[in-house]
Amino acid sequence: MPNLPKVPNPLGQDPYGAFVRSGPGALLAARAGLPRPPRLRRFEPGQELLTGPALVVELAGATRSAQVAGWLREAGARVLDDLAAAGEDRLGAVVVEATGVRRVAELAALREQLAPAFARTAPSGRVVLLTGLPQEFPDPEARAVQRGLEGFARSLGKEARGGTTVNLLRVATGAGTALRSALEFLCSARSAFVDGQPLVVGPGVPVPARERRVAVVTGAAQGIGAACAEVLARSGHHVVCVDVAAAGERLAAVANRVHGSTLHLDVTADDAPARLADHLAVRFDGADVVVHNAGVTRDRSFVKLDAAAWDAVLGVNLLAPLRLTAGLLERTGALAPGARLVCLSSINGVAGAKGQTNYATSKAGLVGMVEALAAPLAERGMAVNAVAPGFVETPMTAAMPPVPREVGRRASSLLQGGLPVDVAEAVAWLAQPDAAGIDGQVLRVCGQSVLGA
Amino acid sequence: MTRRAAIVAGNRTPFVRAGRRYAQVSAQDLLVAALDGLVARCGLAGERLGEVVAGAVLKHSRDLNLTREAVLSTALDAATPAYDVQQACATGLETAVLLANKIALGQVESGIAGGADSASDAPIALDDRLRRVLLDLSRARTPAARLAALSRLRPGQLRPVPPRNAEPRTGLSMGEHAARTAAAWEVSRQAQDELALASHRNLAAAYERGFLDDLLTPYLGVRRDDLLRPDTSLEKLAALPPVFGRDLEQPATMTAGNSTPLTDGAAVVLLASDEWAAQHRLPVLAHLVDAETAAVDHVHGEGLLTAPVWAVPRLLQRNGLTLDDLDVVEVHEAFASTVLATLAAWEDEEFCRDRLGLEKPLGSVDRARLNPVGSSLATGHPFAATGARILATTAKLLAERGGGRALISICAAGGQGIAALVEA
Repeated sequence: MPNLPKVPNPLGQDPYGAFVRSGPGALLAARAGLPRPPRLRRFEPGQELLTGPALVVELAGATRSAQVAGWLREAGARVLDDLAAAGEDRLGAVVVEATGVRRVAELAALREQLAPAFARTAPSGRVVLLTGLPQEFPDPEARAVQRGLEGFARSLGKEARGGTTVNLLRVATGAGTALRSALEFLCSARSAFVDGQPLVVGPGVPVPARERRVAVVTGAAQGIGAACAEVLARSGHHVVCVDVAAAGERLAAVANRVHGSTLHLDVTADDAPARLADHLAVRFDGADVVVHNAGVTRDRSFVKLDAAAWDAVLGVNLLAPLRLTAGLLERTGALAPGARLVCLSSINGVAGAKGQTNYATSKAGLVGMVEALAAPLAERGMAVNAVAPGFVETPMTAAMPPVPREVGRRASSLLQGGLPVDVAEAVAWLAQPDAAGIDGQVLRVCGQSVLGA
Repeated sequence: MTRRAAIVAGNRTPFVRAGRRYAQVSAQDLLVAALDGLVARCGLAGERLGEVVAGAVLKHSRDLNLTREAVLSTALDAATPAYDVQQACATGLETAVLLANKIALGQVESGIAGGADSASDAPIALDDRLRRVLLDLSRARTPAARLAALSRLRPGQLRPVPPRNAEPRTGLSMGEHAARTAAAWEVSRQAQDELALASHRNLAAAYERGFLDDLLTPYLGVRRDDLLRPDTSLEKLAALPPVFGRDLEQPATMTAGNSTPLTDGAAVVLLASDEWAAQHRLPVLAHLVDAETAAVDHVHGEGLLTAPVWAVPRLLQRNGLTLDDLDVVEVHEAFASTVLATLAAWEDEEFCRDRLGLEKPLGSVDRARLNPVGSSLATGHPFAATGARILATTAKLLAERGGGRALISICAAGGQGIAALVEA
């Protein structure tokens, strides 16, 4: 067999994590008080939504508890009437319906009801808080209470153990199908590395899915791009895998594995927007999903950064998504009705990173692009969001010096780096038709990294 | 008019000088790589095609089912049938013609044609005397008979026999044959070097403008043909010593610079009916319209690589065309002198009248239309892969110019040649 590049083995990439999950390693780490990264539950076909029964905690003024319980049941979960009904079982998920809380005094119930349930969560358990959208509350106390829940969720996330995640949905007035979709995603194993994150659920009407949905992923030859291709293919998309011609060998392997197709394209080329638009219109009647994933790093301290390193990073990471998006919107038929765009940002863009002024500029820039495009795209029935990965085990992080790499891995509530598939799951969820209503936002997939939180 | 086969897409590995980056892979590996790149480009993973037909010129006996075995290693549906074809350097184009004919007849709707060759993976045979000893040994029933067989064993018989690069009936290598033809047509060293230079420059420019982005997939980290010398010059080419025809009366003109070396690589092309292409939303680049093969008696004096000189006028005549009706002319550059001798023959009044039976010379080929993105002198020439490389290149050239008509001419060992007409 030709010596094709091997797919990185995540256990081999994180030797410390593998060691402390082993018998003697676990004992040693426990004695020495070393961080013990939990084994995260990840999606497998045919898997149950939860690892144990679900409990819906109802706070004052709750209106959606019954609806939420119904959704969870339909997704196959056993929903308990109260904690006592759990018996010996540990809880797979706890959903807190807090959208109606308006008074500080009403928060006390949170402590009384959630604390005992939180103590009973199973490994890779899920806590999801439903709150209102603070901006919708003119009353200072109501808004303070609703805003306060975010600090609560973020803190609880840091206290969670065993891979349990805590996330918060800000439910806007008129929130549509996306609430159910978001709840299912955050309860499922698909959100293994999404932790401590708030997300706004707005109104939005899903466009009926086409028979054969088409997704485009740039930079699909490896890492997060290849994982996006896999997960989008799993959810029924034909994936057009885009990368530079030089990466064609790996790109072909990815495309054939997911029964997709390849397009050799340098996203920075002058004619790239026109070529991509033509390809999508002629071959596929437009794309339903566009994932702007192609990215490069040229790390140097700011004063040592030369023009080539600056231009390469800004050109690939920021200018190309801007130009490609403009080109796709311009060309009739390049995007299908209800198209979803997802940009791969980075927490280094949100938080900043030493030696990455160019990279952080480009990745923070994408957040601006998403914010600006959200309204005009919504008018056309489309949506755009960003996913900001934290430390993820990719060829890019494998090339980091050992000490910063090890620090990066442990500096999160989940005490480990994520896998490309974790980011891809978030991308693929945002691409789902029923996620309509999640728009113009940045979803961090970082295991609640301490950076930029 | 019957259906015409559509040329939908092509793919190849970068071509590499034998013994270099592909030294450790087989012709089958190369064919798999070329096929998988094409399958990926067209989104055909899991698809059952009508057939895959390919071949290799340097072929191991273990590769009796080379193409079928390759198909089983690709992402294609394993229910895709395959067969091997071998016609020396004409293999790649001949496979396409066979497939196109089946498509035209409605026997298949889609298929892939092409070829692969690895001069690095050339079969090394055992000495024939050793083979006879071993056969006798296996037939021997008594210890005495076994001993008798073994006693005929000689150390010299253990020396492996490499494949011969010589014509079986003349004992001359292809280069020596070409040198004799070059001398007969008085093809100058400078004209050969100019053709080689144009080939390198045209291919380098084609790479630069991304022309090969959808015709090639990198393999084993190789991204471009390693024979390509974008910075070569007439001076550099002129400095090379002649390697063929040094025993002739005329000065030797053929060098390593204006001849193709042994090369490893694979190329394939997707052909289909227009309906199949439309169903799969795959744009059609061009159509393979007609083809003609010819052979000459090189054992009794004809130039070994001159069969296309006969094939082309027959093909043009059948289609009511002249050289002036062609927008692109692709003449395989086995040697620069072969191309130039072929062009000279078509311009020669006496030759065209007496040998080709034409009333007037076939005519001249406008050099601007000849091999516009380079050919084998710059890409290299993995024998069976060349036809599919040229066919895909030609189809894309026509599609790029928005239509037109092209001629392909490929010479082959054994005094054979093939020509094809492509239209868009």
